[in-house]
Amino acid sequence: MSTQPRMVTSAERLRRLLALVPYVAARRVVGLAETAATFGMTERELIDDLNLAWCVELRAPEPYCPIDLSYEDGEISISQAESIARPLRLAADEASALLVALRMLAEAGGDGDTVARLIAKIEGAAGAAGAASSQVAIKIDHPNARGMAATLNAALAAGKRIHLRHYASKRDEATERDVDPMRLLVVDGRTYLEGWCRRAEGVRLFRLDRVLSVDVLDVPAEIPETAEPVDVDAGLFRPSPSDLVVELELAPTARWVAESYPCESVTVLTDGRLRIALRTPDTTWVRRLALRLGEDARVVAPAALADEVRASAAAALALYD
Amino acid sequence: MSKRRTERLLSIVVLLLSSRRYLTAEQIRAAVTGYPEEHEAFKRMFERDKEELRDLGIPLETGRATQFDDDLGYRISRQDYELPEIQLEPDEAAVLGIASRVWQSAELAGAATGAALKLRAASREADGDAAASPRPGIQPRLTTQEPAFGPMWEAVRDRRPVTFDYLASGRSEVTKRTLEPWGVVNRRGHWYVAGHDRARNAPRVFRLSRITGPVKLAGPPGSVKVPEGADVRELVKDWDKPLTRDHTATLRVRAGAGFALHRWGKHVPDTENPGWDLITIAYSDPDWYAGYLAWFSPDVIVLGPPELREAVIRRLKGALT
Repeated sequence: MSTQPRMVTSAERLRRLLALVPYVAARRVVGLAETAATFGMTERELIDDLNLAWCVELRAPEPYCPIDLSYEDGEISISQAESIARPLRLAADEASALLVALRMLAEAGGDGDTVARLIAKIEGAAGAAGAASSQVAIKIDHPNARGMAATLNAALAAGKRIHLRHYASKRDEATERDVDPMRLLVVDGRTYLEGWCRRAEGVRLFRLDRVLSVDVLDVPAEIPETAEPVDVDAGLFRPSPSDLVVELELAPTARWVAESYPCESVTVLTDGRLRIALRTPDTTWVRRLALRLGEDARVVAPAALADEVRASAAAALALYD
Repeated sequence: MSKRRTERLLSIVVLLLSSRRYLTAEQIRAAVTGYPEEHEAFKRMFERDKEELRDLGIPLETGRATQFDDDLGYRISRQDYELPEIQLEPDEAAVLGIASRVWQSAELAGAATGAALKLRAASREADGDAAASPRPGIQPRLTTQEPAFGPMWEAVRDRRPVTFDYLASGRSEVTKRTLEPWGVVNRRGHWYVAGHDRARNAPRVFRLSRITGPVKLAGPPGSVKVPEGADVRELVKDWDKPLTRDHTATLRVRAGAGFALHRWGKHVPDTENPGWDLITIAYSDPDWYAGYLAWFSPDVIVLGPPELREAVIRRLKGALT
């Protein structure tokens, strides 16, 4: 949690207060630190909010202070919260954002029973505010990955090592390795296993729809303390500065390439053609991609890769003579 | 400044929730601290405050303050304001935590977190148990990098038509579209909008990343009628229907290469060409499949059907230049 004081608008602060007061009121006594953590604020900010609520004074018809609370020894209690003892209804954005997230969790094969119960409760509490969520659909690939997710979830819960056979499509090869599972992620509609790969001795991500088989081993997983989870929010595949920069020119029909691979830059040329630059440690797949695209793409740089593509195409054509 | 504003807004909420009668602006000014003496300045400030409260989803009602005069008054119905009774179990609270971290865009992440806080505030759950209950192993993430997403979400939520410029796949010219949006869909990390295209008078799906320039709202809220049965979740189910693979290719593939072709096709050693296998494999779309096979060059030769063979050769020739 950030300890930097942030700028909060008065609307955001009011929204927070209207949840904070009922939160404390429903619990009689609650820890200051714990409450601050729940609301994603510092203890200082929390105390400021409590003071603000406590200062509310209505002057008419007779002056009185509707909210009475106290905080001491790291604990808060509210003895009088008047008309705001219950939280405000969910707004349309709130209900919809949360319901969409939960349905995605259900679709990803997350704890099914709990998620279903929670969805039903929230739909009930949200009423019409949740309606827009039915206009949002999240598709997750691929049906097979879901059965796999259940197996892996069980291995995760039991803390077991697994043996994985995995298809690396960019290199067109199958690999086998023992992995200590860390977590399952769904990013860009695809499910990944994150784990400590004992072959590479590092944290690796495996796309579940490319897993050929999983065996749960009767060996406890041993994840080194140094194993850092991937910072998904910063993007799954972050190129390394040592990667090669590849430049391609794409015809309009090949524009999907720019949408499917993480590009460093995309420049629109005349006639709807694109020039893209991407970084990769291994150019084998770019060579394959160039053969796949044929006249719809051209490797601009590096020159050696362009030569390689031509040589590959010539070798392949020779097979047809 | 902002603190005083929050205090004033909170006071109004407490005051109007406690009152059964409609209170006039003057009565509100008398009860709440912080409004200026000067009439015009007060009116402006009060207008802004009302707008802000409504933006937060506070159901501010207007009605005649008394039977005898025409003065407008305000109140907040407690029943419309309060979140209905909801009780979360510890495992549900844990799932709520996961779900509120799904959205990666600041706005919807804020909305989901706000909803989760309200639900927790409403529920007298034993908070301590939430941490102790087993953590669901799946962590889905949903990103909204497309600039068109924000306005499109609003349009869908508020049922408003939109206009935008669209660069269709494989085209080099943008076209202007007017759409009555029915819903948004995320698939493989990309957002799409489905709806009724007015110019084409038919249902259409657009990929948000191909919208160029701004999305403009083109009608009042509620003016889009989503037809019966046009549930987007149903609408896109077809996308994941298994393909009908009604063509069969015959290939010669280098033994030890073309892993995917070996795995998903039927293979026998090619007795006439040592070091090669003969593979028969079913496919659906010839053009797409030709690209897929070119990817494996020069480890694959297409023996038939002729149009597939020609399509692969065409790609390889295209890559020569």
